[in-house]
Amino acid sequence: MKIAVTGLNATDNPGPGIPVMRSLQEGGFDDLKLIGLIYDSLEPGIYMDNAADVCYQIPYPSSGLESLYERIAYIHSIEKFDMLIPTLDSELYGFVKLEPRLNALGIKTFLPTLDQLNIRGKDKLLGFCKANGIHVPKNTLATSLHDLYSIPSDFTYPVVIKGIFYEAYIANNFEEATGFFKKLANKWGYPIIIQEYIKGSEYNVVALGDGEGGMTGAVPMKKLYITDKGKGWSGVTITEPALLEISQKVISKISWKSGMELEFMKSETTGEYYLLEINPRFPAWVYLAPGAGQNLPAAMVKMAFGEKIKPFDHYTIGKMFVRCSWDLLADVSKLAQISTLGVLDNGK
Amino acid sequence: MRQFEVPAYAAVSDTGFIFLGNSGETFNLNEIGKEIFDLIRLKMNTEEVFKEILDNYEVDRQTFERDFEDFINRLLSYGLIKEI
Repeated sequence: MKIAVTGLNATDNPGPGIPVMRSLQEGGFDDLKLIGLIYDSLEPGIYMDNAADVCYQIPYPSSGLESLYERIAYIHSIEKFDMLIPTLDSELYGFVKLEPRLNALGIKTFLPTLDQLNIRGKDKLLGFCKANGIHVPKNTLATSLHDLYSIPSDFTYPVVIKGIFYEAYIANNFEEATGFFKKLANKWGYPIIIQEYIKGSEYNVVALGDGEGGMTGAVPMKKLYITDKGKGWSGVTITEPALLEISQKVISKISWKSGMELEFMKSETTGEYYLLEINPRFPAWVYLAPGAGQNLPAAMVKMAFGEKIKPFDHYTIGKMFVRCSWDLLADVSKLAQISTLGVLDNGK
Repeated sequence: MRQFEVPAYAAVSDTGFIFLGNSGETFNLNEIGKEIFDLIRLKMNTEEVFKEILDNYEVDRQTFERDFEDFINRLLSYGLIKEI
């Protein structure tokens, strides 16, 4: 079995590629070969000894679908990989559009449709949740700085200013909101999401939808330590039926097909869970799921190959993860190889 | 006389570390806090807890009752015990 995975940027804002690979390594596949698809020659996952067998550089989504397809087709002509797992939000639209052509090459995928992707988008979440009785923070979509003037009538500060794909900041006043708005607009484009700030504790769920409305598995986690970028640096699995019920409802309503992360805030004042975001892929902490007894990435691969997977009905409560910063040493020849040839064989 | 119980989702270690499985919150009890918590887990009512502590420590009842009340209120507010 040869599987190509993206998102090897194991930085302080980590992609899910490495934890997906670690999960697959424990998935019981025969002769597993992992192919890393990377955008930048300094993505840390390239240099990890126990991750990808070989890495190939691929073009950024902004280069256009055709160049991405040609590169993937070229890599496939060499590696003959069986499945491709994209793990980054910003590349998903491209891979979903390419899915029929990838499948025609013999590359399996397990991806949502464009409609499914759109329904759970940050700009559509409010409507989706309201229609389905799920608590959600109020939000408004801003397409110009002028829209920020409406904040005082719609919300009270602080508010959360979010980019359409990534990043979110808490703004305590108009001046801060303006600064974050410009920063996010320059980086990720429009619209900018202005969201009601719910004070409380953060909870996340990693889940897998079978594409027919069924939830193959789900593991809820409380963030124990959050970085200044808002990333969970430590977390612990918990038992919370309410989180699983909401996750089940979301997956069922969208008939979600693929991995998913649901981000919640438990309100300090009401005790209710507010759904902040639905991310259309496994999160960077997905390795906690197999650690707790649900190997969701491995289950997804098996489903992509047509295997019927019995939904998981159990996970270990109190299993925690702690990320660490660890310097990898490598000879500069590796950097030379990946940056000039666009390929690095780790010789495993 | 009051009686309390420790909810099933609270896991307590020998060293007084408490993990709430429903919220992921964690707490640390000091030595005497752990001892009182263990008495509550044994389903002792407040009178039985008072007797146990007053028999074993040099503390007057009034002082202990006041401190116990504070302690119990904290445990209740954090969801570490429930009144039955």
